[in-house]
Amino acid sequence: MSSQKQGYEGKPIRVLLVDDERQFVEALAERLQLRGFETLVAHDGPPALDLLEQDLVRLVVLDLRMPDMDGLEVLRRIKERWPETRVIIATGHGDEEERRKCMSLGAFAFLSKPLDIKELSGLLREAWSASS
Amino acid sequence: MSNRFRTVATALKSRLTALYRPPFWVDRARRYCYIWVVSVSLLAVVSLVPLTLMVLYVYDSSQKAITEENVLRILRITSNTRRTVTSFFEQRLKALRFTAQVENYSLLRQSGHLAEVLKNLKYGFGGIVDLGLIDASGIQVAYAGPFELEGKDYSGQGWFKRTLEQGAYVSDIFLGFRGVPHMIVAVRSTNEQGGDFVLRATLDMESLSEILHSLELSEHSVSFIINTDGIVQTPSRRYGEPLEKVCCMPVPEYSEHSQVFETGSEEARRLMVGYAYIANSPFILLLVKEKAEIMQNWYELRKNLITFFLGSFIVIFLVFYVIPTYIIQSLYEAEQTSAKSIHRLEETARLASLGRLAAGVAHEINNPLAIINEKAGLIKDLITFKAECKHDERLEGLIDSVLASVERCGAVTKQLLGFARHTEVSVTEFPIAKIIKDVLSFLEKEASYRNITLKLDIPEDLPPMVSDRGKLQQIFLNLINNAFQAVNDGGRIEIAAKPAENGRIGVSVSDNGCGISEENLQKIFDPFFSTKKGSGGTGLGLSITYGLVQRLGGDISVESELGRGTRFTVTLPTATEEVRDEGPTCG
Repeated sequence: MSSQKQGYEGKPIRVLLVDDERQFVEALAERLQLRGFETLVAHDGPPALDLLEQDLVRLVVLDLRMPDMDGLEVLRRIKERWPETRVIIATGHGDEEERRKCMSLGAFAFLSKPLDIKELSGLLREAWSASS
Repeated sequence: MSNRFRTVATALKSRLTALYRPPFWVDRARRYCYIWVVSVSLLAVVSLVPLTLMVLYVYDSSQKAITEENVLRILRITSNTRRTVTSFFEQRLKALRFTAQVENYSLLRQSGHLAEVLKNLKYGFGGIVDLGLIDASGIQVAYAGPFELEGKDYSGQGWFKRTLEQGAYVSDIFLGFRGVPHMIVAVRSTNEQGGDFVLRATLDMESLSEILHSLELSEHSVSFIINTDGIVQTPSRRYGEPLEKVCCMPVPEYSEHSQVFETGSEEARRLMVGYAYIANSPFILLLVKEKAEIMQNWYELRKNLITFFLGSFIVIFLVFYVIPTYIIQSLYEAEQTSAKSIHRLEETARLASLGRLAAGVAHEINNPLAIINEKAGLIKDLITFKAECKHDERLEGLIDSVLASVERCGAVTKQLLGFARHTEVSVTEFPIAKIIKDVLSFLEKEASYRNITLKLDIPEDLPPMVSDRGKLQQIFLNLINNAFQAVNDGGRIEIAAKPAENGRIGVSVSDNGCGISEENLQKIFDPFFSTKKGSGGTGLGLSITYGLVQRLGGDISVESELGRGTRFTVTLPTATEEVRDEGPTCG
């Protein structure tokens, strides 16, 4: 189990979860923690960008529909400033077209809610190893 | 060429059939039948009634006019003839009276002198055969003429007595002493001694007959004379010999002027008779014409009139039958077509709004569903990972079934979004057979496992499709999947493609499965309509298929019979335009 919880440098993998649905994002954070991830949570685009600014995290799980800033916009800004940051999109209403848009903006993966936790943690690990 | 001819002939035949058996009549479309009956009968009445009245009026008035004209002509001829005949008698009576006045009785008794007078009279007037001088006792004292009548005693004869009484006399025709039909005129005069004597002349019947014959203008018109007892006096051809009773007509009543009457029982043999009583004589002049002949003009006219009437009647009726029938039939067809397209529009609009509703519901449900998913997942994680939350298998089972339900809900919302989604159409060219074979390759395993016979009938020479490949795949996958679900193991599925009208291609997917009831057939394209809810059907497959077919500009139809099978037919244009969605999609 310990190998699951560690990154390559022995540090836990740190993930930023961006979603305006608090209930959802908190439960998800706890589940990821149980699987050995370190989680940061932001409820909208601007605070998420602040956290990235502090260089605390390089892995993001991003919702597309949020009150202040649209997920696509957040994605675009992240990719502009920190191209090496991996972003996994998790949306409730995604269709083919949005998937295409997100992928062309440089998203690492595109998932539909409700999420499969195994799939998500697998992808996160994959993204972590790809970035390091 | 012959094909084209056949097409034209068929079209013409159906048009004609539509005229004498109009479909709205066959279909018992009450409103159209009513309009048709009213318009045809109104048109017929307003046109045929005036025509009929006009023809009747013309018929009647021409018949009257022609009859009147004939009557007038007969009257005129009769009057003229009367004048001629009257003057014939009067001239001879006057000549005789003049002779009796100017000549000396004793001179006249000399037969040589009487012969001289006869010669002069014949020369001056003609028409006199002989002359006789009779004394008061009735003895013919002198005679000039072809017979030996001198010394005859006329005292017993009616005409002699009448002459003495009236002073002048015109006789009927009679046989007399000579045994030959003849007639006489006689005048009374006075001799030098104051005694009466009678001068008598026999008239030549020939010259009277000639006068009459000259008036017989055609072989069907006869003029002759009868006396007041109806005895024929001059030759009459077919209406009785002289001295016999006149036949075929009554003796006309006395009238001062010329008259015309009609007689005869059979229409074909009716006669028009003009007559006039000749003054100071027992004679009636008759002018007899056969009605059939003098009305010849009328019969001609009547024939033309009737032909014209029947001809116009038929033409007007045909026109006023054909035109309303044609117009009402076109209206009926137009209404049926528009009813159909309205129905289709309604269907499309209904499905579209259902789609929007479905998408809205899906959006709203998805977020709470995600929360349920995460919370339940967390509970499960806690049970699994945390020592203080002891392994409780019952709890774990419950959580698993919550998660399974969430997963199922997630599948439904995903499909719902797919149903409502307007994605762009991207177009490539490919043969239709390729698409269907691709789809079948997904299902081959199931087919062989369930022993289902697949029959493919796609002609080689079908034109290639220019369309959205992915959407077509989705369409046929849905339809063929449906067929797989409908048939029992060992069933049969046929997929056939053939060219349809307007350069489209029709693809049908038929199965010999359970079939769909009439009632369900109506709802089959509705979202969430499913007869397989229990076994995991979402009821969206056919709705999505319907939407996709519409999106590609095609049509989908279904025929089914319970227990016999179902056939879906998709008709698609071979070329679809590329469509990009401009409307924003929900993110």
